[in-house]
Amino acid sequence: MSSRRPSPGVVLTTAAMVAIAVGVPQVVDQFGLLQLTVFASMCILALSLGFVWGYGGILCFGQSAFFGLGGYTYAVTAIDLGESTLAMVLAVVVPAVFAALLGYFMFYGRLSDVYLGVITLSVTLIFFNLMNSTAGDAYRVGKARLNGFNGMPSLPTLNVPGDPGRLLDPAETFYLVMAFLIIVYVGLHVLLASHFGRVVVAIRENETRCELLGYDVRLHKLLVFAIGGGIAGLAGGLFANWGAFVSPNVFSLTMTSQIIIWVIVGGLGTLLGPIIGCLIMQYLATTLGTQQVANTSLIFGIIFLAFVLLVPRGIVPSLRRLGARAVGPARVREPA
Amino acid sequence: MSDAVLQTVGLSIRFGGVEAVRGVDFALAERELRCLIGPNGAGKSTLFKLLTGQLKPTAGRILFRGHDITGHHTHAIARRGIGIKTQVPSLFDGLTVREHLWLSARRTNPAERTRAIVDEIMERIGLTALADGAVGQLSHGLRQWVELGTVLAGNPELILLDEPAAGMTHDEVARTAELVREINRTHALIVVEHDMQFVKMIARTVTVMHQGAVLVEDTMDRILKNATVRDVYLGKHGGA
Repeated sequence: MSSRRPSPGVVLTTAAMVAIAVGVPQVVDQFGLLQLTVFASMCILALSLGFVWGYGGILCFGQSAFFGLGGYTYAVTAIDLGESTLAMVLAVVVPAVFAALLGYFMFYGRLSDVYLGVITLSVTLIFFNLMNSTAGDAYRVGKARLNGFNGMPSLPTLNVPGDPGRLLDPAETFYLVMAFLIIVYVGLHVLLASHFGRVVVAIRENETRCELLGYDVRLHKLLVFAIGGGIAGLAGGLFANWGAFVSPNVFSLTMTSQIIIWVIVGGLGTLLGPIIGCLIMQYLATTLGTQQVANTSLIFGIIFLAFVLLVPRGIVPSLRRLGARAVGPARVREPA
Repeated sequence: MSDAVLQTVGLSIRFGGVEAVRGVDFALAERELRCLIGPNGAGKSTLFKLLTGQLKPTAGRILFRGHDITGHHTHAIARRGIGIKTQVPSLFDGLTVREHLWLSARRTNPAERTRAIVDEIMERIGLTALADGAVGQLSHGLRQWVELGTVLAGNPELILLDEPAAGMTHDEVARTAELVREINRTHALIVVEHDMQFVKMIARTVTVMHQGAVLVEDTMDRILKNATVRDVYLGKHGGA
């Protein structure tokens, strides 16, 4: 962990993601490509919670608040400006600033973990109810009507920066979303290897010791929370762009619990885990949704319970342990 | 007054009806090594928590090198230069020994220098062989040393050690005493300890606390002969 060289796993995962990004559009039809684009956006969302919770030790039950805020920020800005570049930037900045403000009250107010969960969950449900009640002409930002529970349809999709007339086609959008996913994945690894990142992990292990060593725990947590909020916002912006649509459901209980399930299933305390968990659950949701054989929420609930009881570490850490055991005698606990 | 590293004036803290520390006036000179003893519940660890900002005093002041640090945040006090080894070692269980020292040294040093400091201190305390193992699996005695090393890596001006010899074998206690004397050549220290053998090995001046207040302050020899101290430790009718 002390060395600056990236671990083989990270290099391998990055290479795999680059290969998928380049190769998939050659072999998959348009429908499949759109499907994978939304999966990749959701993977970015999964990474945001994987970072905040798995490394920062901040149990955020309302990561969807930042996701939804990113989506709505994109929607409103893109409609008003008729151009997507600034909309995408604001979809990151606005949730990050909002997360920083919320985090300021939570961390500088020294709230305990349980209250953090309750407050973040409440915040996303407040957004849910708020956006649901914005139907009617009175609720508009510039040209953009918020439309309450009907959501905002026909959003301008991504265009080449500076050229609103030149929209990205599905393959280009896929490249872009994959590029964002890779940047976030690698960026978080770089951040975690930095001085800041190592302090963040240390805070998760023992807050008091960090303070006794002279590190401002509140400030570090605030920054982690804001970065996580920004990443979730990025995912939200991409999601709104993908369907050219955003509705209050981005703030819903279903949405926010899904993110937690992705991280639990994939494995807390890794970055690959949330990606894997997200892919598996998204695939399941799509398949179950099309076949209509069983209620998706019910199946998700069962899977969630099964993992908590049977595979509490999640897929990636469990596989790593198995792998380590197969290779040789148990070494030290895998580095965070 | 200004040449004292640390000074407390009428320092008190009250938990409900209990005054755990009562009007403590304490002063520590440059390069001084002070032992703080007293029976369980005398307020020694509470005093340390006050000095490091983990608890806020209900009355009194704490001056560190003439600066009033009363009520400051724990991390701000640590930044001023007070390091503490807590009673139950406070460590990052999932991290390696090296990572502990690195985190402590890196706050004030560039990366290159940090590496050198970490290697030097691991060598000095004899932790080099354990450098890349997680501390969660170490024995209590080794954990004590890891925490001591972590504190040293930050090079604080004043070092507080809360029961540094607890859970150690006879040889380990002797080694710790040696380390403490060595550290004292460059740093001021306050050491809380129950093990009187250990205290005898290191002590010059000893402060005895009882029921939250300072009972006596004297040289080790005179403390050992002090009847009140014996009564406090063994109970009024105890002494065999």
